[in-house]
Amino acid sequence: MRREPRWLPVLRVTALGALGVFTVLPLYVMAITALKPLDDVRDGFAWWPSRLTWEAFGTMWSTVDLAEYFVNSGVVAVSSAALSVFIAVPAAYAVSRYRFPGRDLFRAAVLSTQMLPGILFLLPLYLIYASIGQLTGILLQGNQVGLIITYLTFSLPFSIWMLVGYFDTVPAELDEAAVIDGTGALGALLRVVLPAAKPGVAAVAIYAFMTAWGETLFASVMTNAGSRTLAVGLREYSTESSVYWNEVMAASLTVSFPVVVGFLLLQRYLVRGLTAGALR
Amino acid sequence: MTTSVPCGRSVPYLLLAPALVFEILVHLLPMLGGLWMSLHELNQFFVRDWTSAPFAGLDNYRFAVDFDGAVGAELLRSFAVTAAFSALTVAFSFGLGLVAATLLQRPFRGRFLVRGLFLVPYALPVYTAVLVWKFMLDRGDGAVNSALRGLGWGGGEFWLLGQNAFLSLVVTAVWRLWPFAFLALMAGLQSIPAELYDAAEVDGAGPGQRFRLITLPMLRPVARVLVLVLFLWTFNDFTVPYVLFDQSVPSAANLVSVHVYQSSFLTWNFGLGAAMSTLLLLFLLVVVALFLALTSRSRRAA
Repeated sequence: MRREPRWLPVLRVTALGALGVFTVLPLYVMAITALKPLDDVRDGFAWWPSRLTWEAFGTMWSTVDLAEYFVNSGVVAVSSAALSVFIAVPAAYAVSRYRFPGRDLFRAAVLSTQMLPGILFLLPLYLIYASIGQLTGILLQGNQVGLIITYLTFSLPFSIWMLVGYFDTVPAELDEAAVIDGTGALGALLRVVLPAAKPGVAAVAIYAFMTAWGETLFASVMTNAGSRTLAVGLREYSTESSVYWNEVMAASLTVSFPVVVGFLLLQRYLVRGLTAGALR
Repeated sequence: MTTSVPCGRSVPYLLLAPALVFEILVHLLPMLGGLWMSLHELNQFFVRDWTSAPFAGLDNYRFAVDFDGAVGAELLRSFAVTAAFSALTVAFSFGLGLVAATLLQRPFRGRFLVRGLFLVPYALPVYTAVLVWKFMLDRGDGAVNSALRGLGWGGGEFWLLGQNAFLSLVVTAVWRLWPFAFLALMAGLQSIPAELYDAAEVDGAGPGQRFRLITLPMLRPVARVLVLVLFLWTFNDFTVPYVLFDQSVPSAANLVSVHVYQSSFLTWNFGLGAAMSTLLLLFLLVVVALFLALTSRSRRAA
């Protein structure tokens, strides 16, 4: 191990400590507020509750339809992640393994749609869905289907982009051998490349899930009382007279828990995917 | 990478077909639709039957960039606010991410714990991350003011109003975004071969020199993409201001995305909103092209 001058550990502890405090304080506030009784959050902020209670974690389900929003968000996030992976895997495989006319155009299109503002797609999609509803009777607004398709606007380019990078790291000799053994392109993808790139697929899926789980702009315009997702539903804890901050924070913790755990478990693969795909 | 394996010429296109169909549905059609909308007088009278909206030529654009008029002035203002917000947030996120990634390179006990902890703000759903800041900055007696008073710095200001709102916006965005910079820069640092550092040390380079002469230049490709991505995310940010301030975003913190959203959905002027988003798109394209051109030149020069 390399030697280091004496000031370096001091600098390290100080800087990491400061960053740690900056990172943890809001998380602490979130947790401590969730454990407060309602009377406590009505007054000024206190760093310690008058008594610790799990009340908010119980009452939050009846103040707003949290369970329903949970289910709605789950349906939308799981479906859009699954759909996005399902569509992106073959496309990324084609881009990674074959040279064909239009390949560079496709790559460039995927890259550039990645960086377009969501607001750009919101207005036209809103009207297009409305028209489809009027013309065909197929409702895409106010239910989950419209939102699931809409979320492909950002999860699809990202998934393709990352997966191309991942598939590139799988040696082509492996699937060449599989094709020679007679499995065909699809067989090589399913039996050889996909298993080898499994962590990448998982990372892409969790990322698509996370973005859908946290999305606010489209959700606030395209949902109604029956299809509201968590991003919109959590706002209902604010009433005209007061905000149930303890319940907001309890709900925030509950909503965050699954994605934070999933992200921390898979972040190593996400990093590898970023270096392989995005940061090339 | 290309397989030498013979395959039907249609195979790659068959694999691409689902992606193409959905790309057309969610990207191409809305973009064409947006362009069409921006050229039409699409307001509350025509929303129900939008295809019959009268052609307006470039009127919506003229309206949006008429900086003497109320609409144009407000758009210009929100553009300036967004540029400042974006620049500050990218700079701080990058800086904090670089410091953390560098200091966590060397193994020590608890390193993985610290690393996981730093990533939590980014892993949180955006609106929950913003909600907790809203709560902390809320009112005169929120957590931030209570902490400031505890430190003897006064405190009692309303952070979500007026000029302070901009500061609140930046702090919240940095808190949520710097872990991503940390994650990406950590990946970049790990790809630098250790031999480079060993060789530099043999040559007598101190830690400061090693950082300046090896780490920074080797990080350049990662940094380039990272800055670009951070810029686009912050410039297009909607959730942070929308959740932090609800419907009434103070003009000091009125980002372009929110501004377009409000012009479209609160006043039902979709044509104008579409023109504004087209202008936003053009602006981003120019900035990205300039950025890529500049950074690739400096890379060749280096």
